[in-house]
Amino acid sequence: MSKKKKNDKTNEVAVDKASCQALDCASSANVQLVWDRYEQQSPHCKFGTEGLCCRICNMGPCRIIEGRQELGACGADAATIVARNFVRLIAGGSSAHSDHGRGVVKAFLETARGENEGYQIKDVDKLMEVARFFEIETEGRDKYEIAEEVGERALANFGRQEGYSDFIKKAPQKRQELWEREGVTPRGIDREVVETMHRSTMGVDQDYKNILRQGTRAALADGWSGSMIATELQDIMFGTPGEPGETGRKSAMKFEANLGVIKEDKVNIMVHGHEPLISEMIAIAAQDDQLIEYAKEKGASGINVAGICCTANELLQRHGIPVAGSFLQQELAVVTGAVEMMLVDVQCVMQSLGDVLDDYHTRVVTTTDKARMEMAEHIEFDESKPLESARKIVRNAIDNFVNRGEVNIIEDSKEALAGFSFEYIKYMLGGSFRSSFWPLNSNIIDGRIRGVAGVVGCNNVAMPMDSLHIPLVEELIANDVLVVQTGCSAIASAKAGLLTPETAVEKAGSGLAEVCEAVGIPPVLHAGSCVDNTRILHALAEMVNVGQQNQRLNIGDDVSELPVAGAAPEWMSEKAIAIGQYFVTSGVYTVFGGTFPTIGSQKVTDYLFKEYEKVYGATWDNAQDAHEMAGKMIDRIDAKREALGIEKGAERVLFDMEMRREMVD
Amino acid sequence: MSKKIASAAIRGAHQVASQAEEELEKALAEYGPEQKVELPDTAYFLPVIYAMTGMKVEKIGDMKDVMQKIRNLLPKEPEEKLWTPYLGPTLDSGMATLFADEIIESLKYIEEPIPYHLEENCPPEGDDFWLGAANDNMFRKRGLEFVDGSAPGFAAIVGAAPSSEIAADIARELQEKNLYVFMSGSNPEGLSFAEQLREEGVQMGWETRLVPFGKDITATVFALGFASRVAMAFGGVQPGDFRRNLIYNKNRTYAFVLALDEVDDIKYAQAAGAINFGFPTIADTDIPEILPTGVCTYEHVVAMPKQTEKEKIYDEIVNKAIEVRGLKVEVEEVPVPVSYGPAFEGEIIRKEDMFVEFGGQRTPSFEYLQMLKDSDAVEDGKVVVEGPKIDEIEEGSQLPLGVMVYIYGRDMQEDFEPVMERMIHTYFNQASGLWHNGQRDINWVRISKTAVEEGFSFENMGDIIHARMHQEYGSVLDKVEVHIYTEEEKVLELREEAREAYHQRDERIMGMEDTDVDTYYSCVLCQSFAPDHVCIITPERSGLCGGYTWLDAKANYEIIPTGPNQPVKKGECLDQELGQWRGVNEYLEEASRGNLKKFSAYSMMVDPMTSCGCFECIATILPTANGIMTVPREFDGMTPSGMKFSTLAGQIGGGVQTPGFIGHSKLYIASEKFISADGGFRRLVWMPKMLKEEIGDRLNERAAKEGIEDFVSMIADEEVATSEEEVVEYMQEVGHPALEMEPMM
Repeated sequence: MSKKKKNDKTNEVAVDKASCQALDCASSANVQLVWDRYEQQSPHCKFGTEGLCCRICNMGPCRIIEGRQELGACGADAATIVARNFVRLIAGGSSAHSDHGRGVVKAFLETARGENEGYQIKDVDKLMEVARFFEIETEGRDKYEIAEEVGERALANFGRQEGYSDFIKKAPQKRQELWEREGVTPRGIDREVVETMHRSTMGVDQDYKNILRQGTRAALADGWSGSMIATELQDIMFGTPGEPGETGRKSAMKFEANLGVIKEDKVNIMVHGHEPLISEMIAIAAQDDQLIEYAKEKGASGINVAGICCTANELLQRHGIPVAGSFLQQELAVVTGAVEMMLVDVQCVMQSLGDVLDDYHTRVVTTTDKARMEMAEHIEFDESKPLESARKIVRNAIDNFVNRGEVNIIEDSKEALAGFSFEYIKYMLGGSFRSSFWPLNSNIIDGRIRGVAGVVGCNNVAMPMDSLHIPLVEELIANDVLVVQTGCSAIASAKAGLLTPETAVEKAGSGLAEVCEAVGIPPVLHAGSCVDNTRILHALAEMVNVGQQNQRLNIGDDVSELPVAGAAPEWMSEKAIAIGQYFVTSGVYTVFGGTFPTIGSQKVTDYLFKEYEKVYGATWDNAQDAHEMAGKMIDRIDAKREALGIEKGAERVLFDMEMRREMVD
Repeated sequence: MSKKIASAAIRGAHQVASQAEEELEKALAEYGPEQKVELPDTAYFLPVIYAMTGMKVEKIGDMKDVMQKIRNLLPKEPEEKLWTPYLGPTLDSGMATLFADEIIESLKYIEEPIPYHLEENCPPEGDDFWLGAANDNMFRKRGLEFVDGSAPGFAAIVGAAPSSEIAADIARELQEKNLYVFMSGSNPEGLSFAEQLREEGVQMGWETRLVPFGKDITATVFALGFASRVAMAFGGVQPGDFRRNLIYNKNRTYAFVLALDEVDDIKYAQAAGAINFGFPTIADTDIPEILPTGVCTYEHVVAMPKQTEKEKIYDEIVNKAIEVRGLKVEVEEVPVPVSYGPAFEGEIIRKEDMFVEFGGQRTPSFEYLQMLKDSDAVEDGKVVVEGPKIDEIEEGSQLPLGVMVYIYGRDMQEDFEPVMERMIHTYFNQASGLWHNGQRDINWVRISKTAVEEGFSFENMGDIIHARMHQEYGSVLDKVEVHIYTEEEKVLELREEAREAYHQRDERIMGMEDTDVDTYYSCVLCQSFAPDHVCIITPERSGLCGGYTWLDAKANYEIIPTGPNQPVKKGECLDQELGQWRGVNEYLEEASRGNLKKFSAYSMMVDPMTSCGCFECIATILPTANGIMTVPREFDGMTPSGMKFSTLAGQIGGGVQTPGFIGHSKLYIASEKFISADGGFRRLVWMPKMLKEEIGDRLNERAAKEGIEDFVSMIADEEVATSEEEVVEYMQEVGHPALEMEPMM
């Protein structure tokens, strides 16, 4: 590594070797990156940070200062302003996931109707599963016909005015009843977002609890509807992670992570954003013999598709396509000078990519009308001919290979495993014939697994990259907590080498290690992209269900009784707030790192951090360092174990005939 | 570590699959795809394959699809580094192994001669003692033991013990714990556990619960085939519903694998197959363990050397296995110097092995249990022997025998006398070296030389009765005194007294009608295995297993008020003829968890009673004969319905209501209420000779009351008819009354 003065700082912004190396390159080339801009932005506005700045009408902006100016011009107090801002974050996040979901449904319907080539109905088992859930007749029907009906049913969830979102029924009975009692059961997805915007605009809802109630409804519409539709239908179209792919065998997926996946001798295409719709086709097109031949003609040895952010997660969990980096590394990828094309879709794309371009040959290409960039080329993706569009884009990238200047190839990358979908977890725990969550519940009861933690979310430039993710995950697994991850948090663990089965022996507590060895899994499971947090919702519901089917394996009649906890240590996107809110109100105690956007109002913060326990059986929380965060999560898990009476593990029960008679299979 | 097990099991699975493929190819070349292939006398085809996939393998050609399934299930070995999860793939490879086993083993049945001894028990001499797969009759006969808990499960033993003495000790301990022992495979030296038992002179076969399946390790699949069939026959699990079948077995069949001596790849593969059923493996060698729980109730693989000191391995292995499987074994102590338990019930004492015998029409004998109302008249635990003692007689003697049992109990009722007296048969037989047959004054008892060597005395017969009566009927009796008479004069004198009592009892029971009582009894004993089934026992319709009459059920209820026999108030009569009552139907719906709504006590056509699967006989309609046939479990020939008992049994059982079929007890045939709504006994047009011999007299008596003489001779049997046509011909010949009756359908 270089020893230039910038080096001191690189350690403050990133913990991985590859990023430090890329930062050095950027620094010597004098390229401005997100860290530099963050510095320019500091110090940050306190009112904005704490949620106390109200800009929703032209009488403002109003700011609240306790004891001096406690009301906005319209009379809104701190609680109202903070709550409004908070639910608007939820609405933003919910709209992002859900609009993604809508795009998926549209492509799905076109596929079902044979209106596009390239996309398929790949996972028929899952199609049937979803069809059965919708109570759609499957007997003797063509899969495309069924798919069309499934797509129509899914689409109806967006604009529904009457009744509730369909997937709500996947939640445990007790939770559904709680939502009903609280009046937060989501109706149509669009309706909840629109109503949230309406109720939080000037002069409407002025009771912070009532405002938050609507926020809950919008958040639940995200998790249990918009995002869930995205996950389920993407799985049907592109394959459920872990389910048999080309090999015909169910298996977790191996992939490589970090900037080292960018290869000097290949045409490197980065796919970045959140949707697999386009990138899936790029991945297929990159295997096209003619295009590979074309790349060779241009002097490359082949075509290398790698991902960034959640587009990467979508591709790696299904195809093992490498991930070059997380959200914060998007610019660093370009800095290598070896990226021919950065293909972006939606969400978490930095406009600065355009500026960085000045120094490099990389072409940034936007592909959807929803997300254009002034500096970028826009190639509208023709969804009726996705493969043809993809070929065109790949050819375009190959053409750019010859324009490369100096390259800074980074050697560092780590191998990892992904593909731990809900379905695959069931399979890995029991094989084709006994697939279930039973062993998970059983080992939680025995105490080998203390509990389960979801560690998810973004990277945030306000703290050194991955500086909370990694130690948090390490401390959790050392304390026998099984960790499930999505999004950039999962990428962080991949880069740190934690997503390997060997990690169990090296870093997990003895109980968790024993289970990992029995199953052959890493103690940290990559469950997908940020819309795939719904896989975690499914898993939580199943942990409850198992106990309903088999009392001996009961670890809670509702999600809030399970020994589980959640965290988004380095969150930055408003999507994280939507996700956090749907987890908390689904019953998962959830800790966020960094600043929290309600701290301007003690009332609202107390409500979310304390009183929510009485309402939803779970609260939000906030922690500043990994150790504090891990401690809070483990305390929560232990408290739940104690409430279940399994703090010391389970007693061995020997069964006699009478007990067998009472058993229900 | 588990990865080693996974790798080994997956390698083993590939080997077994390749062997199956080769043998299949060979068989295809030799016999062609149309050659029939089947395991002996079963309605469940190749039972593991049938249970898991629903595929009916009937011809060699059908095996090709199974082979494809096996190939699809076989995973790759886990890699050295960055391996992907292997538990699921290992379990899959275990199942693939079982499928391949079944192909290999079933192909043996087309060989000439079949390399298995196709009997229930091993022959006394010779090397040809391996029994192969159980036929349905054997396994159904064992059904009741599985469902009532007298056999809570089985141990599948692969390999061999370090010595034949240790093998015999392990087998005996398992027998004492009431478990079945299924044996297969051998150790690296080619020695098998069953051969070790053979060397020790241990009786093997279904009767002694020590079942040697086959010397090849692939015969292990017969144990899983047995388990798969239990779920289908008693649990009402549909073929192909693999999940329910496996979970049923995890919850209800308490089985485990004992891996003795080296565990090679193929044995690991078998163990992986068994884990799918929730059956763990306990090894006596230092193999890697899989302790986390979940697929099995507790640990999956346990190595004894990691659990205990070397010297204690064989003392503790059985108890450890039972604990790992999560089984509670309730063994009641009986103070006799010989082994005691249900597993010894099937032991036979041949003339050469006999020290002394009583009764059996050779000497006068009887057994009589009597309640006394005066507490002071009975001294608890007192056993009196009058006449020659065991040390006063010569080997091979025959003596008269009188067994008088005096009971006092505040809650004792006269009605319980016959119920309890009949238990002497079981109580005696469960002692190793004591054999009992018959009842009342036709009883027949033998004591073996081995038992005498072990110190068994005549007093011990009294001790057994005393201990067992207290264990089972402790809630109604307080005192048990037993007198054993071995001198002829006394026996003859007391026998007269006993005969008078037998007569009075018969009068009382025979005269009892359904209309005399307002309460029937349920029996849900079988719900441990057949959760949807409920028996309703009435005075005129005993339980279908033959084990329980109305009086038995009543006594059981009074003895254990929360037990499996519950009183069912008849309530309003809904249909006199069919035998439907509101109270019964309401009870039924509740007890069957909503599975059943209505029962007819007297009809097999309208809302017939269901079966668990352990019926003594199956009756089914023969439409052209306008009547019905009935066939007992013991008859393995073809019946005029075109189905053997085993196939017929597959039509019912598991709590399924199938009009036109019922399972019933032998006793019910001569009942006044025998399918009275469908025309009664007159409908009987066919039954095997063996059944005629057993119940013929009573049936003739019953028919005579209605003015039909020698009715049994009008019923066709296998000697005159094996098809429906032949039955009709015979009926016309003898003028069977069913011909004149209203059409049955």
